[in-house]
Amino acid sequence: MSKTYKIDVDCANCANKMEEAAKKTEGIKDCVVNFMTLKMKVEFEDGVDKKEVMENVRKNCKKVEDDCEIFL
Amino acid sequence: MNKKQKKNLIRIIISAILMVALFFVPAKGLLKFFLYMLPYLIVGYDILIKAFKGIKNLQPLDECLLMVIATVGAIALALIGSGDYTEAVAVMLFYQIGEWFQSYAVGKSRKNISDLMDIRPDYANLKVYESDEPENESEKFSIDKVDPDDVEIGSVIIVKPGEKVPIDGVVIKGESSINTVALTGESKPRQVKENDEVLSGFININGVLEIKTTKEFDESTASKILELVEDASSRKSKSEDFISKFARVYTPVVVVLALILAFVTPLVLFILSKDVSMFDWIYRALTFLVISCPCALVISIPLSFFAGIGSASSKGVLIKGSNYLEALSKVDTMVFDKTGTLTRGVFEVSAIHPNTIAEKELLHLAAHVERYSSHPIAMSLKLAYENEDDGCEVTDVNEISGKGIIARVKEKKVYVGNEKLMKDIGVSFDKCGKCKHHIGTTIHVAIEKNGKPEYEGHIVISDVIKEDTKETISSLRKNGIKNIVILTGDEKRIGEAVAKEIGADKVYAELLPQDKVRIFEDILEGKNRDMDRDSDIDRDKDLNDSNNNRRNINNSKLNGLVAFVGDGINDAPVLTRADVGIAMGAMGSDAAIEAADVVLMDDNPSSILKAIKISKKTLRIVYENIYFAIGIKVLCLILGAFGIADMWLAIFADVGVMILAVLNAIRAL
Repeated sequence: MSKTYKIDVDCANCANKMEEAAKKTEGIKDCVVNFMTLKMKVEFEDGVDKKEVMENVRKNCKKVEDDCEIFL
Repeated sequence: MNKKQKKNLIRIIISAILMVALFFVPAKGLLKFFLYMLPYLIVGYDILIKAFKGIKNLQPLDECLLMVIATVGAIALALIGSGDYTEAVAVMLFYQIGEWFQSYAVGKSRKNISDLMDIRPDYANLKVYESDEPENESEKFSIDKVDPDDVEIGSVIIVKPGEKVPIDGVVIKGESSINTVALTGESKPRQVKENDEVLSGFININGVLEIKTTKEFDESTASKILELVEDASSRKSKSEDFISKFARVYTPVVVVLALILAFVTPLVLFILSKDVSMFDWIYRALTFLVISCPCALVISIPLSFFAGIGSASSKGVLIKGSNYLEALSKVDTMVFDKTGTLTRGVFEVSAIHPNTIAEKELLHLAAHVERYSSHPIAMSLKLAYENEDDGCEVTDVNEISGKGIIARVKEKKVYVGNEKLMKDIGVSFDKCGKCKHHIGTTIHVAIEKNGKPEYEGHIVISDVIKEDTKETISSLRKNGIKNIVILTGDEKRIGEAVAKEIGADKVYAELLPQDKVRIFEDILEGKNRDMDRDSDIDRDKDLNDSNNNRRNINNSKLNGLVAFVGDGINDAPVLTRADVGIAMGAMGSDAAIEAADVVLMDDNPSSILKAIKISKKTLRIVYENIYFAIGIKVLCLILGAFGIADMWLAIFADVGVMILAVLNAIRAL
């Protein structure tokens, strides 16, 4: 189960950090952040509540890079 | 420029003006400190806030924090020592200029690339009849401008001159020339009339077209292509992976080195009772911190790939990922499917040699048997016998892949196929003397008589090599492709003739689809790499012996990748096995788009050359950037450690390198 979200972030390294943070979030199988198209492609574990997981992803991303946004 | 960029630009300008003005103000002591704090805070307040938040969130190596430590450190040194604040303010100012430039350049190239791919239609003109069930064409209707997402399959849309076709469909009324350049890279307009298929992304030039949609907007060509290109840069190449790994290690290493430089070296020197200036070493450490940001690398590599992919798609070459763009540059062996790829795939009947019955009757029977087949050979037989769709009944059609077709025509069992089929059914025939002059595919026909198939004659069909095939092959050789191999289901004689004509190294003929996969896997393993250009085509080669071929020795030298080029029709398994699978003329064929890694929207072999050239150029830029950026940074770190490089040079190493790398990356566009 995967889904793509629009994101906003200023620097390429920050995008890499977001990717790392998202990958570590519980319920996320894999995640690819594409800085050039400002998109985050997330693959969820089976049977998780996507909304809840994405809220956590956003929280974790904000921790590593304050100036970022994920449009849920 | 967006709002944020405008605001930051104004901050940078104000701060820069203040800096210059302060240069002429003869202030001293604390007053000077406060005066210089003005431009510093104006340009750097958000960095200070971010750094503070970074500490709060336990992000010790946040680049904002590093910047703040470096500048605050420099200010502190100035306060107690030199009294020169310009350096600290300048570091912050240039850091911000760099960030601004990066954001501007990336935004700009994002826009450029999406403009290149500007095929997304904004609206559709839906034809709406006033009554729910219109009885005839002339019934009153209105035209509604709607979101293409809302158009259902089977609706009628109207495309006026100058508008884009929003959704795939079939023309039901009108005639026009259409511009297909966005999809095919072909600038010559195409003529369409009733019953022709049109794809979204085409631009209508002169006539008004009424189109009955056959797909939903999301499933239409334009949407699919956009999705494919946008997703492409998410598949990261090895260079990108290397850079993100490098970035993860780089910053911590530099910071640790800075700490050692600031505290350990002075201590060691002190113990050795040398003369140490603590300030000097802290200054050197701060210089290190300024160079510690890996941004130049991290931004320029994906930007180069993104630009490369964008540039390719504007030329009708869709590349499904940065990894494939990278792989393309390393290909040294290209395996081609013959029919439809090197040749036009349009066969024409060039000779009919019946045994007893009339020429026309032989063609008639053959055409009937092929009635339901979409194989190019079937098409050409049907084309040659104009009224194929007559009253004759065709039943019990049995298509044997790679051999031919057996069917009942008017209760007579007819066999149409190649030599293998004739062998299978036990029909013998003599080599035809008249056929010596015809290079082409021979289709044999046998008819069942008294329960036994009997030979009735054959039809020769020939294919034409595409105009730019030969030139492309020789250009490919100049661009690093060492082996050109042809796989074909066609007869050996024809395969070899084509190979000789275009200058291929090797040809494997008479392959069934599953043989193609097997041979291709052998090639992948490097067993059959042809080292020997001069030996041309191996005429006596038996397929089964391929594994102990004498040329199998010392092929390990060739470690490039293997690409397969096909037209997507029945070679999907090979396309997926190749290091790089290239599908040609795949417009509208979902299966080919799915299976291939690189999709050529037109079917000119020269597009392969375009793809290779773009790939090589992009990779050259990527390596330039990697070596250049890492090189300059390491050099500045060394110079900084020995106290030769000051913070100004460090700023160049950081911001200057990034700007140059980004400018270089944009060249890939």
